[in-house]
Amino acid sequence: MDKFKTVEGVAAPMPLINIDTDMIIPKQFLKTIKRSGLGMHAFAEMRYHEDGSENPEFILNQAGYRNAKIIIAGDNFGCGSSREHAPWAIGDLGIKVIISTSFADIFYGNCFKNGILPIKLPQDKVDLLMDDAKRGANATMTVDLVNQEIKGPDGGTIKFEIEAFKKHCLLEGLDDIGQTMQKVESIDAFEAKMAEATPWV
Amino acid sequence: MAKTLYDKIWDAHVAHEADDGTCLLYIDRHMVHEVTSPQAFEGLRMSGRTVRAPEKVLAVADHNVPTSPMIGGVAAIKNNESRIQIQALEKNVKEFGIEYFDINDDRRGVVHIIGPEQGFTLPGMTIVCGDSHTATHGAFGALAHGIGTSEVEHVLATQTLIQSKSKNMRVTINGSLPNGVTAKDITMAIIGKTGTAGGTGYVMEYAGQAIRELSMEGRMTVCNMAIEGGARAGLIAPDATTYAYLKGKPRAPKGDMWDQAVESWKELYSDDDAIFDLEVVMDASELIPNATWGTSPQDVLPIDGTVPFPTDFADQARQDATQRALDYMGLTPGMKLTDIKIDRVFVGSCTNGRIEDLRAAAAILKGHKIAKNVEAMVVPGSGLVKMLAEEEGLDKIFKDAGFDWREPGCSMCLAMNDDQLKPGERCASTSNRNFEGRQGFKGRTHLMSPAMAAAAAIKGHLTDVRDL
Ligand code: SF4
Repeated sequence: MDKFKTVEGVAAPMPLINIDTDMIIPKQFLKTIKRSGLGMHAFAEMRYHEDGSENPEFILNQAGYRNAKIIIAGDNFGCGSSREHAPWAIGDLGIKVIISTSFADIFYGNCFKNGILPIKLPQDKVDLLMDDAKRGANATMTVDLVNQEIKGPDGGTIKFEIEAFKKHCLLEGLDDIGQTMQKVESIDAFEAKMAEATPWV
Repeated sequence: MAKTLYDKIWDAHVAHEADDGTCLLYIDRHMVHEVTSPQAFEGLRMSGRTVRAPEKVLAVADHNVPTSPMIGGVAAIKNNESRIQIQALEKNVKEFGIEYFDINDDRRGVVHIIGPEQGFTLPGMTIVCGDSHTATHGAFGALAHGIGTSEVEHVLATQTLIQSKSKNMRVTINGSLPNGVTAKDITMAIIGKTGTAGGTGYVMEYAGQAIRELSMEGRMTVCNMAIEGGARAGLIAPDATTYAYLKGKPRAPKGDMWDQAVESWKELYSDDDAIFDLEVVMDASELIPNATWGTSPQDVLPIDGTVPFPTDFADQARQDATQRALDYMGLTPGMKLTDIKIDRVFVGSCTNGRIEDLRAAAAILKGHKIAKNVEAMVVPGSGLVKMLAEEEGLDKIFKDAGFDWREPGCSMCLAMNDDQLKPGERCASTSNRNFEGRQGFKGRTHLMSPAMAAAAAIKGHLTDVRDL
């Protein structure tokens, strides 16, 4: 995984609440056996008309937002299924940061495994950023993970919280499996203990 | 210190704890299906890793499989991508030595139905699957959650999951269910009350008399939709009902080992003085059959209700979402739920595709015909459910009523195979998600219990099953 660097770019406003994983990547695109190339299908049913042409009302189809790197989203973003195709698709679009008042648990975890930073903020802060985002291409934001702050287009900064371990992994681009493998002795010992305690498992 | 059921299972599975509290949780059982696993196996292959404990993994194809008879096997599946995905699973299980129920195996079916059916799911275990409805297995007092594909790879390689502990929530349903009210009505009523994000960050334990009085099938229906309430896992403490269901299942312990296991399972309950971070209490006697009107599972109403106005909600975001849902669903605020006409009926899925669900629907359908303009299908949750239903003659009741009797799979729960709604079609469905496009592009879904879906099939519109 690439190391997460400071992200500077346009933020796209998606104020709808409960944007679910079926909206992010409809199931007809889950049939791939690869991780890459899903960006063109991200938000497909909102983004394209039935005939395949673009729906100009969808935010990422609008001039100024096409190269957005940040999404400011309504509450409970990513609810629904566990499909990691959701962050794969969003990441493939070039989105690096999603900011909302809350995320569904599985989606939230999946983001970190794919170099995407989900940021939870209180409603008033999200409202502020949502307004900034609506101003379009000139209103770029900067998300600085090291210092855990977002700089708005007018220079104001907003601090955010993140688990230390998750931050570390994103910044270093660390692979979870490799790290867990270093603790293989603990796993071996645990297995041996459980084989005695619950032999039917 | 007093512990909740979740605390107990969690504590028994921590293989390593880092200074910041991040844990490696040991995973006892891992179920794998074709949609969320190919990239995980590819990852293992690329990094030269193996599967640490193949005997703890069980694989099945369910999401993509056609529900027409499988003549000609996988090679005959017409949709290229579906076929390739199933073939990829077949190749992966062979290469990594994982047990697999192939598409003609009687034991095949929706992953969350076959685990319990085989006794692969047992109390006190940790269970994962690259699928959010893994919560279903919590009905046995197992800590079961859905994971993403990177985590599937992580569990395959290490048999552990990196986790921080969730908070404890308990939903207590006091009293007994009135006639005509089912497990599905309970679980949807809970989501109606707490919202789809109400359980986010929690493991949700279900308790109270109404839960204790449910069969295992009913308990699975309740836990299945924990994720729709935002909770990653649902839990119900095991009891005599649980043991009776599991005894004699192919993978359940036998003989002395069974007795030893039951002894240990008896410790699996929340201590009387355990503290929950959040408690919700409901009264079963107040429940009546319900159905959803909108595009989120929290858009649920008692069947005697009316479609809401956006202005019924205080905050702007909810008003906007309601307007969008009304437009999508093609409904007028103020209209009665029972005036909503349907085109299709789907009975099946890991929420309601078990034998008891089929019995409940058949009991309503017996001696009736479905309405003229309605097309209805029933998709048993597994090959074994299908065989048992046929032994009991349920297939005949369904077919006589005008239902299409299909082969097992996920089918129109998420419409990855050919079973899909056409744009604008409206479906009474026993599945778990009514999201936009879930059952087909621009399709409209109303969630309800099997009995309610059967009643809707007969009437051609949503209806109160108790009036039939
Ligand atoms: S039946 Fe539906 S919810 Fe269950 S596993 Fe299949 S697609 Fe998912």
